[in-house]
Amino acid sequence: MLGRTANGLYWMFRYIERAENSARLIDAGLRMSLTRSEASEDDWDGVLQSAGVRELYDEVHETLTSIDAIDFLLRDRANPSSVMSCIEAGRHNARMVRTALTRETWEATNECYLEMKAMLSKKARPTDMPEIIDMIKRRAGLIRGAFHGTMLRNEIFNFSRIGTFIERADNTARILDVKYYVLLPAVAAVGSSMDNVQWESILRSVSAHRAYGWVYDAELRPANIADFLISNGRMPRSLGYCYEKIASNLGYLEREYGERHAAHDTAERTLASLRSQSIKDIMDQGLHEYLEEFISHNNRLGQEISDGYRFY
Amino acid sequence: MVKNKGTTPLAFDEMMNADSSPRQPYSTYHDWYASQDKNRLIAKSKEAENIFRKTGITFAVYGHADSSEKLIPFDLIPRIISGREWRKLAQGIEQRVIALNAFLDDIYHKQEIIRAGRIPRELIEKNEAFLPQMIGFRPPGGVYTHIVGTDIVRTGEDQFYVLEDNARTPSGVSYMLENRETMMQMFPELFHQNRVRPVENYPYLLRQSLASLAPAGCSGKPRVAVLTPGIYNSAYYEHAFLADQMGVELVEGSDLRVIDGKVKMRTTRGYEAIDVLYRRVDDDFLDPLTFRPDSALGIPGIMDVYRAGNITIANAPGTGISDDKAIYSYMPEIVEFYTGRKPLLENVPTWRCSEPQSLKYVLEHLEELVVKEVHGSGGYGMLVGPTASRKERAVFAEKLKSRPANYIAQPTLSLSTVPILVNKGIAPRHVDLRPYVLVSDKVQIIPGGLTRVALKAGSLVVNSSQGGGTKDTWVLED
Repeated sequence: MLGRTANGLYWMFRYIERAENSARLIDAGLRMSLTRSEASEDDWDGVLQSAGVRELYDEVHETLTSIDAIDFLLRDRANPSSVMSCIEAGRHNARMVRTALTRETWEATNECYLEMKAMLSKKARPTDMPEIIDMIKRRAGLIRGAFHGTMLRNEIFNFSRIGTFIERADNTARILDVKYYVLLPAVAAVGSSMDNVQWESILRSVSAHRAYGWVYDAELRPANIADFLISNGRMPRSLGYCYEKIASNLGYLEREYGERHAAHDTAERTLASLRSQSIKDIMDQGLHEYLEEFISHNNRLGQEISDGYRFY
Repeated sequence: MVKNKGTTPLAFDEMMNADSSPRQPYSTYHDWYASQDKNRLIAKSKEAENIFRKTGITFAVYGHADSSEKLIPFDLIPRIISGREWRKLAQGIEQRVIALNAFLDDIYHKQEIIRAGRIPRELIEKNEAFLPQMIGFRPPGGVYTHIVGTDIVRTGEDQFYVLEDNARTPSGVSYMLENRETMMQMFPELFHQNRVRPVENYPYLLRQSLASLAPAGCSGKPRVAVLTPGIYNSAYYEHAFLADQMGVELVEGSDLRVIDGKVKMRTTRGYEAIDVLYRRVDDDFLDPLTFRPDSALGIPGIMDVYRAGNITIANAPGTGISDDKAIYSYMPEIVEFYTGRKPLLENVPTWRCSEPQSLKYVLEHLEELVVKEVHGSGGYGMLVGPTASRKERAVFAEKLKSRPANYIAQPTLSLSTVPILVNKGIAPRHVDLRPYVLVSDKVQIIPGGLTRVALKAGSLVVNSSQGGGTKDTWVLED
């Protein structure tokens, strides 16, 4: 396969993953403003930070309002992580690697783009938001379904999956890092309604508030939330799960090509530490420091994959 | 006088006779059409548009504001050609394509046709499409133009003319294939009732044909790739489509590099050699070391590899000298010179404005003529005399006078019509035809091709960049 094609697949799936993530963050933000007695623009401050676009927002807008924040996250082309920017970039990459995709996967991606472009052609009204969020989830689900149902399990599949999970791990780590302080035992006055809202919003940001209840009983506890999102191998958005997938997809490539790269060592090292470290160890070491280091390693892994497989 | 905008009331209609009975090739279709609910057909037409949009069968129009991607309108009434008509056309096309390749070989070797005084030397040697780098070089298999799209127009029951020989990189074949696919999806019953010759195996034939012309030194299965200028090119969809359908890599210049005397592509496992490159990049951009130094689309050094016989480039660089509009007017002589027979297909009478007598005639008869730029394509820079305004003609006359050699002129042909579906039913529109030809050790003509149709009543301009549409083209077994 061409290095450029591997690169295109990797980014196509990173962007689709990011589009969904941005939509999920908006959803969590909306939810928070609904459940709070006094709706606060601060909620959106956190959401923009989680999306990693807080500073960019200030370059475009003078004041922080929920309407502007939603629009910025949803459809502003000045924000490369907005849902629309991501869908456009994902589809752009899909066009570039059209020959590597099944017709079903390409069409699902193209239709997602056409539909979202039409739907987001104007500024969305708050009343439209549930429909829009739903549509994004549904369209992304169709891409995923077509991809899983029709693609050969070969190198094309591996590079696509690697893109998905590198992006997802990055997203989850960032969401945690923005809110890490509310999870710290010293600060957390357990049980206050304020904290409950914050914790729940973290779980909502990764669509995991229901799943959490099944795994840890209904009680929200900071250590459990951190454990769920970092170590739990059954939680599809946890760092541990993402690295199981990354390592296994890199493993396929290693066997297929008979070639090992720096990326393999990095991924396996990260996976081993995710498996062995307990949440208590991580908390003791410092959650913020841990997450910062994770994000930087995750970026480095992306670079090593790009070098090893000759993306450029 | 109110002009009927160039509609020639006497235009030959391919579906209906003057007495409102259907012509023979359309008789089965006509019965089917008569039994159809018109609203259902209109709905089907929308459905077809959705299929095209969803599939992403789009093209880019250069210089349009909200351009990025447009659909070429598809009309769902097929253009039907009888087996007898087709045989006649196919023989004529084959003769012409053989002559084109023989001409190219001659022009880049002994130039016997010039010595024989059949065409002027300066026409070749002063022509930008003539590549001195090709002199004395014979491509693998001796084939220069591997893929040809011969543009044909019809003016009557038995009158066919060749309008252009597209011997460089003819495009549009993906529309031929997608149009058929769409028709079969929407109206399967029509393909039970009519015996339509298949076109679907084109990608397979193309791959076979390309592979058979791999360089002599190629051992094992030849590796074929399609070279595209990239995602922003107007025909990108087609490049991706063909690579996909042939099951070969779609590469860009940035993927390729000359290493150890071979052209290699950068894969996830290192550099791998390519034997046959179906390039959809113009000559000028192919090799910045040989041609345009500013080209970012090409591969530095590919021409050296080519001349060393280590890669096949299809079509060969320099084939443009055979389909240049100035050369076109000499095609009857060219065909006769190399095949020893009169051309089976006629050329459209052509005035070369470089000749003072012709220029004078053209200027005096602008309102009857179509004037084209010698190097233009896509319907840009042309004047359709009968439909142009007085002012447009005056402006064009000035251009003609300042650069006469840049233009040729042809009579406005009364192109045949085929009906299209409109809100009120059907209405005749002018069409042309581009069949696709593959050349290897044999000449294969795909039975069908791309029918382009002017969607505006009376318009003779069928180019998609100028608001033309397409139709599925049927060649019947009979």
